[in-house]
Amino acid sequence: MICQGNGFIKKFNVQGRNFSHAGIVSTKIKEILEEIGIAPAIIRRAAIASYEAEMNIVMYADHAEVILCLSLSAINITFKDKGQGINNIELAMQEGYSTATDEMREMGFGAGLGLPNIKRNADKLDISSSPGKGTTLDVTFYLNGKK
Amino acid sequence: MTLKQIVEKLNLVILSADKNLEDKVSFGYSSDLLSDVIANSKEKELWITLQIHLNIVAVAKLKELSGIILVNNRKPDEETLKKAEEENIPILSTQDSAFVISGKLYALLDTKK
Repeated sequence: MICQGNGFIKKFNVQGRNFSHAGIVSTKIKEILEEIGIAPAIIRRAAIASYEAEMNIVMYADHAEVILCLSLSAINITFKDKGQGINNIELAMQEGYSTATDEMREMGFGAGLGLPNIKRNADKLDISSSPGKGTTLDVTFYLNGKK
Repeated sequence: MTLKQIVEKLNLVILSADKNLEDKVSFGYSSDLLSDVIANSKEKELWITLQIHLNIVAVAKLKELSGIILVNNRKPDEETLKKAEEENIPILSTQDSAFVISGKLYALLDTKK
């Protein structure tokens, strides 16, 4: 996490493998960004990335901590989960690649668009993962209109 | 055109949030892939889908869509309806297929966009 200085910090917990609560944290993050008055175009991108990261947690992890950090120059969101992890990050970043179950696919998930959607919408994305342990996504959006 | 006018013109059945039909609909978006809807739909669009599970409500709320049309007379899960009422997201139902209702909605909205 690159939260610097005296920025605003808010932590959330996401329960994995529970579809009935999916989307709550990304909606909260969006509401906070709206309240603070972040530019709508940046909020749209942050909301898309947050939703995809939250759904990955719901589908593939047991539990996660989400940390929203706001500084004067950037929004940084870290999604740190305990879960099955990603065996091959390069493959997981490819559009269309997915390890989703048939059940997830029937629900309209698992199209292999999650991580590519996050990457496309973020200004910066760092992923680290230990198979069998968990994954950490660090997503940054710059407020100076870089993207 | 408001959602209420669309409901009347296309004979849609209102399944939830019947008090929230006065907003103007900007356009439509047809897709059953949630990642696609999250990435590409726009505010105030009316979403056409066959998905009936709870997560459609979260997607509609996050993207500020004007409502959801379920095709082929599909019936939403009980918890989907409950959540849609809580979040004030109109869920509508039609006997038409996705192709047919998309065509009808497009014809309605295209000239008056």
